[in-house]
Amino acid sequence: MSVVDVSGVSKTFTGGTNALQGIELTIEPGEFVSLIGPSGCGKSTLLRIMGDLIEPSSGDVVVNGKTARRARIDRDYGIVFQDPVLYDWRTVAKNIALPLELAGWDRRRRAARIRDMLNLVELNGFADHHPWQLSGGMQQRVSIARALSFDPALLLMDEPFGALDEMTRERLNNQLLEIWARSGSTVVFVTHSIAEAVFLSTRVVIMSPRPGRISSVIPNDLPQPRTAATREEPRFFELVTQVRDALHLGADVDRQPEAAEARL
Amino acid sequence: MSAIAVERPRERYVEGVKRGTGRVALFVVVLGSLWGLWEGYRSLWIHQGWTWPFVVDNTTMPHIHDIFAALGRPSQTGGPLLGTLLWHAALFTAKEAAVGFALGAVVGFALGVLPAHSKLAQRGLLPYVVASQTVPILAIAPIVVIYLGSLQVTAWVSVAVIAAYLTFFPVTISTLRGLTSADRRALELMRSYATGPWQVLWKLRVPSALPYIFTALKVSATASVVGAIIGEAPSSIQNGLGGEIVVFNQYYTLDPTKLWATNVVAALLGIIFFLVVVVAEKLVVRRAPEHVA
Amino acid sequence: MTSGAPVAVQPLPRGGLGRLVGRRLTNWTPAVVVLVATLAIWQEAIDLFHIKKFLLPQPWTIATTFWDERRELLSAGWLTFQEAFGGFAIGCGVAILVALALARWRRVGEALMPYAIAANAVPIIAFAPIADAWFSPFSKSSKMAIAAVLCFFPVLVNTLRGLTSVRPESLELMHSYAASQIEIFRRVRVPTALPFVFTALKIATVLSMIGAIVAQYFGGSFNDLGVLINSRSQTFAYKEAWAGIFVACLYGIAFYIAVAFVERLALRWQPSTSD
Repeated sequence: MSVVDVSGVSKTFTGGTNALQGIELTIEPGEFVSLIGPSGCGKSTLLRIMGDLIEPSSGDVVVNGKTARRARIDRDYGIVFQDPVLYDWRTVAKNIALPLELAGWDRRRRAARIRDMLNLVELNGFADHHPWQLSGGMQQRVSIARALSFDPALLLMDEPFGALDEMTRERLNNQLLEIWARSGSTVVFVTHSIAEAVFLSTRVVIMSPRPGRISSVIPNDLPQPRTAATREEPRFFELVTQVRDALHLGADVDRQPEAAEARL
Repeated sequence: MSAIAVERPRERYVEGVKRGTGRVALFVVVLGSLWGLWEGYRSLWIHQGWTWPFVVDNTTMPHIHDIFAALGRPSQTGGPLLGTLLWHAALFTAKEAAVGFALGAVVGFALGVLPAHSKLAQRGLLPYVVASQTVPILAIAPIVVIYLGSLQVTAWVSVAVIAAYLTFFPVTISTLRGLTSADRRALELMRSYATGPWQVLWKLRVPSALPYIFTALKVSATASVVGAIIGEAPSSIQNGLGGEIVVFNQYYTLDPTKLWATNVVAALLGIIFFLVVVVAEKLVVRRAPEHVA
Repeated sequence: MTSGAPVAVQPLPRGGLGRLVGRRLTNWTPAVVVLVATLAIWQEAIDLFHIKKFLLPQPWTIATTFWDERRELLSAGWLTFQEAFGGFAIGCGVAILVALALARWRRVGEALMPYAIAANAVPIIAFAPIADAWFSPFSKSSKMAIAAVLCFFPVLVNTLRGLTSVRPESLELMHSYAASQIEIFRRVRVPTALPFVFTALKIATVLSMIGAIVAQYFGGSFNDLGVLINSRSQTFAYKEAWAGIFVACLYGIAFYIAVAFVERLALRWQPSTSD
């Protein structure tokens, strides 16, 4: 059974913006799928529809064989935003524990899980710090730990490393792959960095705007486990070029009707 | 995209009219329910004979229509209509409040500029700016009036000074907060132009402080009216709303509607002062609304 | 909230006095210097410029007057403080409850907000004589009522603003956990609102003291501080009036500092309060 099954999803916002049209996408267990495209292509909207944070105007989303709404209520997915969205009034440990508290875990189980999670994101010793005492990269790691803390079947990530510098981003990419390999969860990852999409995913979904749609899907056969050395391999560069060409194609298709419109 | 090409200004207009009608309707509903609550509470308490938290009768809670009717009756036998009397009193109080407001705003701004530039001034002055507000200025109003009177200052100006004392505090605090809120990158940009501190103040800090300052001015507008009304009362100034409140308070058991009517006028004066600042803000601060507490 | 680099120093103290509580001694120095200098200049200037001493007595005179009459003054201040505190508790309590309700039913809250703000512009102290007519002028209730109404609107407006200033991502996060409205309130809205609430509570301390004292001008029992100041200044006993004012400040500042102290305890997590 697939983890996510999106069929015929369209979204029109009040005001008439056609954010998504006719989206078909199936994601299998253990996949790492990147959604990439220029701004306005609806990639974040699609992610939010999968997580039932936004309702589609038409079409269906099935997560783990249930409606997206049911999946949300069953706490089937964790979400990571571009901004870490940590609560200043909670310590690092308490921030990670937030979803566990909401799920009604007892104190002992929570403490054990927090320890595991801090280990996983390599933040041992920062349990009692407050978020504002950490660097941006560390904050984002806390938010990943929070998203993974309750073993969600599906991890939704909305440009989680978009605000970080290149070096931090690469380091966190490596860590994310390790975490993914260990946790075995399915990941949907929104990004606008081509290198990031190629390095991380098992499949790259390319989207184009006006209306937001999937213009092509590129399977990624880079071998696992991927390491820093992967970024130097010829196949890595080939895939980067392939994704870039696909993005440009989508953009060109898009530009023509716009030019026609301008002439009218 | 094509939807935007076919703009429909008429629909927008209709939309605007709809929203306007909605607001007017809401206004009527709010006023109506306040009136209903008042009269309902009155009749319930009177009929049930409840005396908690206070005894309800025509003296403690007169009918709303009686209060407004009082405006159309003579204030005393042979005197002018109460409405006319209160109109002149409100103008007098408004004069005191406006002068006090202007004075307080200028002083408040100046007091905010100094600590914005020096940590030392901040630490030295700020505690006293806060402490100054715990001085019950209204209790020393008569002393202020007598003292300024001994310096040949007219009584109403003294009241304006009292109003100014209540006005300056919010302005100082917000000016300081606003001046220090200027974006660090914008400051660095100014530095790269080798701008002097004076120009940085006027071209960058003050504009970025304006939304904060206006938030404070809205608070101050009311405070200046409060200062003027209460400053009059103990200073034996008869021509303003504060004076009328003292007078009608003495005859309250005979005719409570006069005091109520005076208070309604005072309330309106406060709201008008507030609205004037709101309109001024709309005209001056033409920017995206910012998060200003 | 959580912006990249750790925010070590906030440019502006949120409430001058409050932030000073527990500060290091060096931070106190400028304030002490200003105090001593002001008192010295005040003391000397009055002799120098022949200011009428009976109107503005020298600080030393006020201090000795205070000491001679401390028992009467402090007990009058205590009575007034009780009235102020009662009003503060009632006004702030009701305001917070109403704000919670309005934040829960947002549409009603948004529609009524402009009216709350307009009501805030009403010079409420002018209603003190009416409060005296409702309750007995000699009872504590009439002063409490005025103090309560004075506190009500700033606390209502600020609390509501705090409760509704939660960032959308924060709410999305809670939705992704299928958190209920009550949980969102408890874990997100209330903590976000707390700094706003405390700012309003500090303003309310000052307002409640002013409310109680001014309400006493229109009538109050003879051992009320406001009545005491007023009767002294009407009999030209300015020394005693000023000593009374000094006591009013004393209680006002103590009340303010007490709330600021609670704020520090409640908001220990804040970057600006734990430096």
